[in-house]
Amino acid sequence: MNKNWWKILATVLVLYSIIAGFLFHVPAKPILNETIRNIHFHVPMWFAMIVMLTVSFIYSIRYLSSANENDDLMAVESANVGIIFGILGLVTGAVWAKYTWGEAWSNDPKQNSAAIALLVYLAYLVLRNSLEEEQKRGRISAVYNIFAFPIMVVLLFILPRMTDSLHPGNGGNPGFNTKDMAPELRPVFYPAVLGWILISTWITTIRYRIRKVENRQNLIN
Amino acid sequence: MDLLNQVKFLIRKEIMLEWRSKYALNGILLYVVSTVFVCYLAFREITSPPTWNALFWIIMLFASVNAITKSFIQESRGRQLYYYTITSAQAIIISKIIYNIFLMLLLSAIALGFYTLVFKNLLGDPLFYFFAVLLGSISFASVFTMISGIASKANNAGGLMAILSFPVIIPLLVVLIKLSKNAMDGLDRSVSYNEIGVLIAINIIVITTSLLLFPYLWHD
Repeated sequence: MNKNWWKILATVLVLYSIIAGFLFHVPAKPILNETIRNIHFHVPMWFAMIVMLTVSFIYSIRYLSSANENDDLMAVESANVGIIFGILGLVTGAVWAKYTWGEAWSNDPKQNSAAIALLVYLAYLVLRNSLEEEQKRGRISAVYNIFAFPIMVVLLFILPRMTDSLHPGNGGNPGFNTKDMAPELRPVFYPAVLGWILISTWITTIRYRIRKVENRQNLIN
Repeated sequence: MDLLNQVKFLIRKEIMLEWRSKYALNGILLYVVSTVFVCYLAFREITSPPTWNALFWIIMLFASVNAITKSFIQESRGRQLYYYTITSAQAIIISKIIYNIFLMLLLSAIALGFYTLVFKNLLGDPLFYFFAVLLGSISFASVFTMISGIASKANNAGGLMAILSFPVIIPLLVVLIKLSKNAMDGLDRSVSYNEIGVLIAINIIVITTSLLLFPYLWHD
């Protein structure tokens, strides 16, 4: 029980954010109107993705220094979960864009950057599949992961700030800052972010444990 | 032997090997020239500056992937093992990057020359555009060298090279296209300082991570 408290917290926070996100009062702004509720679902996906990809990056570094197989498993599983959350972020963003900007794909720099970041990590998975031997696969894909991560950070956090974007907080403005957000949204938004990050961590640990069991079975057979 | 001497010797070795066979160098130069010519026959004339600029960078992208892919694949395992015993991994990657920068500078100069020859020249600030192209070839060389090292370890290295390198090069390419577009329109040079700064920063990041990571790739 005392080890599982954060899983309960994750479930409660996400359930709360879904219910509150749909029912609570939101400020009526032109264009946005009720679609602002999507902020409780779209933005947390990106937070979860960034956290998972950072975890993947850290475990890749650990794998290079330790050569422990479990670190490699953790790196690949957190990248997998990060990709899933990235795809969810793109889809929720596209739906939102359809209603507010007019088209699902509006050639927005952040949208493009996010798609490219996903390509980087899909390439990481392809690279893994093309290597047979486990030690070699772990090391070479870890090298690619570490090499690609700083470029992805530039892509997601620096380049969109240099051009005009439809997203808030771009085109020279400071990023996502707390003052811009309407006070009514905050009590739902922050728990939603935390909840989804915890959920993604939970999924990753489950997948990691499944992979470990599978590996052990392969060893026995 | 210290690092500097090793790097010097390795670069000399690369250049001598290239000079003796010449087929790789000539092949890649022919590749650029014929690609430009194919584009010329397909487009005939380009009047809009953005298209002119984009087409040039696409040609450069494919030519440089082709040129740099072979930098690790071409060498036999036996020869790599020999380098492994006598030099440090850092010396290898530094020498490869520097050699590829030379190769790319030559390649891009020829590509730009031939491209402006067949397509009508729309450049507003040719010198600054040339500078953007030089910066671009350095960036391509630094990113692709490491990626070709990674790809060479896997089966089907040629196909993997494109998959691994394109997403990684896109951020650089976006900045490069913007920078060269500024040069093309003949805007004041101070407008582009931001882009130049970002490019140099990315290059520094890429080269340092290459130096840190290459030893793990090399000890195989």
